[in-house]
Amino acid sequence: MYPILEKKNLNNNVEEMVIRAPYVARHCEPGQFIILRVDDEGERIPLTIAEYDRKQGTVTIIYQVAGYTTRKLSEKKVGEGIVDFVGPLGQPTVLHPVKRVIGIGGGVGAAPLYPQLKKLSEMGTSVDVILGARNKDLIILEEKFSRFCKNVYVTTDDGSYGAKGLVTEKLKALVEAGEKYDEVIAIGPVIMMKFVSLLTKPWNLKTNVSLNPIMVDGTGMCGGCRVTVGGQTKFACVDGPDFDGHQVDYDELMRRQSMYKTEEAHSCKIGLRPS
Amino acid sequence: MSPKKVPIPEQKPEERIKNFREVALGYTPEQAMEEATRCLQCKTRPCVAGCPVNVKIPEFINKVAEGDFDEAARILVSENCLPAVCGRVCPQETQCEILCVRGKKGEPVAIGRLERFVADYAMEHMSQEIPKIKKNGIKVAIAGGGPAGLTCAGELARMGYDVTIFEALHALGGVLMYGIPEFRLPKRLVAREIANALNLGVKIEKNVIIGKSIKVDELFAEDFRAVFIGCGAGLPSFMKIEGENLNGVYSANEFLTRANLMKAYDFPNSPTPIKVGKRVAVIGGGNVAMDAARTAKRLGAEEVYIVYRRSEAELPARAEEVHHAKEEGIIFRLLRNPVKILGKDGWVTGMECVEMELGEPDESGRRRPVVKKGSNFSFPVETVVVAIGGTPNPLIRQTTPGLETQKWGGIIVDEATMKTSKEGVYAGGDIVTGAATVILAMGAGKKAARAIHEALQKKTS
Repeated sequence: MYPILEKKNLNNNVEEMVIRAPYVARHCEPGQFIILRVDDEGERIPLTIAEYDRKQGTVTIIYQVAGYTTRKLSEKKVGEGIVDFVGPLGQPTVLHPVKRVIGIGGGVGAAPLYPQLKKLSEMGTSVDVILGARNKDLIILEEKFSRFCKNVYVTTDDGSYGAKGLVTEKLKALVEAGEKYDEVIAIGPVIMMKFVSLLTKPWNLKTNVSLNPIMVDGTGMCGGCRVTVGGQTKFACVDGPDFDGHQVDYDELMRRQSMYKTEEAHSCKIGLRPS
Repeated sequence: MSPKKVPIPEQKPEERIKNFREVALGYTPEQAMEEATRCLQCKTRPCVAGCPVNVKIPEFINKVAEGDFDEAARILVSENCLPAVCGRVCPQETQCEILCVRGKKGEPVAIGRLERFVADYAMEHMSQEIPKIKKNGIKVAIAGGGPAGLTCAGELARMGYDVTIFEALHALGGVLMYGIPEFRLPKRLVAREIANALNLGVKIEKNVIIGKSIKVDELFAEDFRAVFIGCGAGLPSFMKIEGENLNGVYSANEFLTRANLMKAYDFPNSPTPIKVGKRVAVIGGGNVAMDAARTAKRLGAEEVYIVYRRSEAELPARAEEVHHAKEEGIIFRLLRNPVKILGKDGWVTGMECVEMELGEPDESGRRRPVVKKGSNFSFPVETVVVAIGGTPNPLIRQTTPGLETQKWGGIIVDEATMKTSKEGVYAGGDIVTGAATVILAMGAGKKAARAIHEALQKKTS
């Protein structure tokens, strides 16, 4: 069992958990992820690592309560545990100490973005961030980013908070206003990463993305997470999850993520059944 | 005496394709005793030499013939910690049985079936006899809880070592749990046999990936005196043809892991889903391909094809598996090679193949398949399973300085001791040989255990 030490709601359906997992905490770096199973009959799902504390042997995960397994996870309380928690998986993000970086976090994508920007900031890079979501309730970690980001921009689709509009509109406005960035790190829904990459490509602005395809084991064994990057098939779990945003075949990725849509709808309904 | 083996009762093909229960049902005590009397008890014991873990075959068979199944089980377990597994999945026909003197005239003794009978009997009727072990307190780490690692761990624990198995997945067993399907190897038996093997005091750390969660050099720093690496062949290979990333294309690893380990056949009772179309093509001709094809059939596919580029004679799968697959209605499309997977709206709709013919033998001694020009044809399928093997997992190699590997990624060892180029590190199983058999991995684990013992005794004495 991996004990749950802390748990809190970041908004209506995004939660944060601190879990004791010394083997993960020992070597994990920004950009890496874990796979967990909530109980003995559970499925394996990947989640990115938001924070870690090597001394305490703890790892923080942030997840949106969206499907069967995250719902089960959400039912767990502090003091209880989850049966399996394995990692760190994937390659750590290669962070270069450049002059200035802007991060873009879409929805719960702000969680894996956080440790990357934090580390960059510690390396002396000047960091800005755009946090985007459908509405105010879905914006997370704003206060935490503001501790080290020079500028925190917020956009919402419905204008309930920050600027009304998409993260891409914000980025475009900033660059057109003369802001100079050496690199963009965009993490969020695939469609967001696609349009950020389309926007930055003509500017020749290096853009890193973090992908979250369907996977089973997370160690390279199943190959379910294959993505086409620069015309070559890569396994997101061992070659990624970070890739050059300008090289990723996003349409294929979106299609592959929808492979079990009908089954997911089915198991979500089961999850909703009052127990 | 009968020139033929006593036949083993099986579920009828038309029944078994509707369930995941075991195909072969096993001998009754009478059948086992009858078969055991076919053993000539010859002095030369060629069968024992053919067994990678050197099971005392004539001795245990003699006890079966006498009806002393308890003693037969003791003899069997003394050399093989997973007999119920081996009795089911070992290729006896190329190991022990092929050397059986009776095989010169008629069929060899059914060693595999007898092993299975004795193991099953022991599981049902006997409580495990745990030997008194004098602990020596010396720590040994095992990376990977598959057949190689389990055997190595069991052997070392018996000699008194303080053994810890580090397993990346949430269950021990490796390929026995995620790869080989329930209908060929019931998971209940695997779990039970693993528990027996580890009852000797082996510690288990699940969800730990050597090379990621902890590195080999750190294990030494934590006072482990030797490390055995048995982490398998790992990464699935794909054909590198157009359409391979379409929805509906699986590696055999993923297809079988979903079905076996994650119990996707029981969806939605199990939350892990699997997609199987009306028509399924499995690419490859080995045991894994047969397992995938027969699993697809049981998951409801109406037509299941095996697409293999050579002819029937070259199929690497065991004859028994091919026979079972045929009985279950699997359609063999031999001398065919896929060149493209066809799709519409992102989903698989068919496969384009070329016909092949056999040319001169290649380095492997098998006749090389050559494309027949202009023979392209296509047929409709909704699911494709790629079962053409894999390459070793690079995690340990990448994070262990001083560990020498082959070009293809396999760890290089001294075959007599399974010792690697790095002091104190041993390796065995698929990570050394590439995809091979359960029993070869077990043999390697056993050999490594002996070599580790010898090396550590020298050091500590």
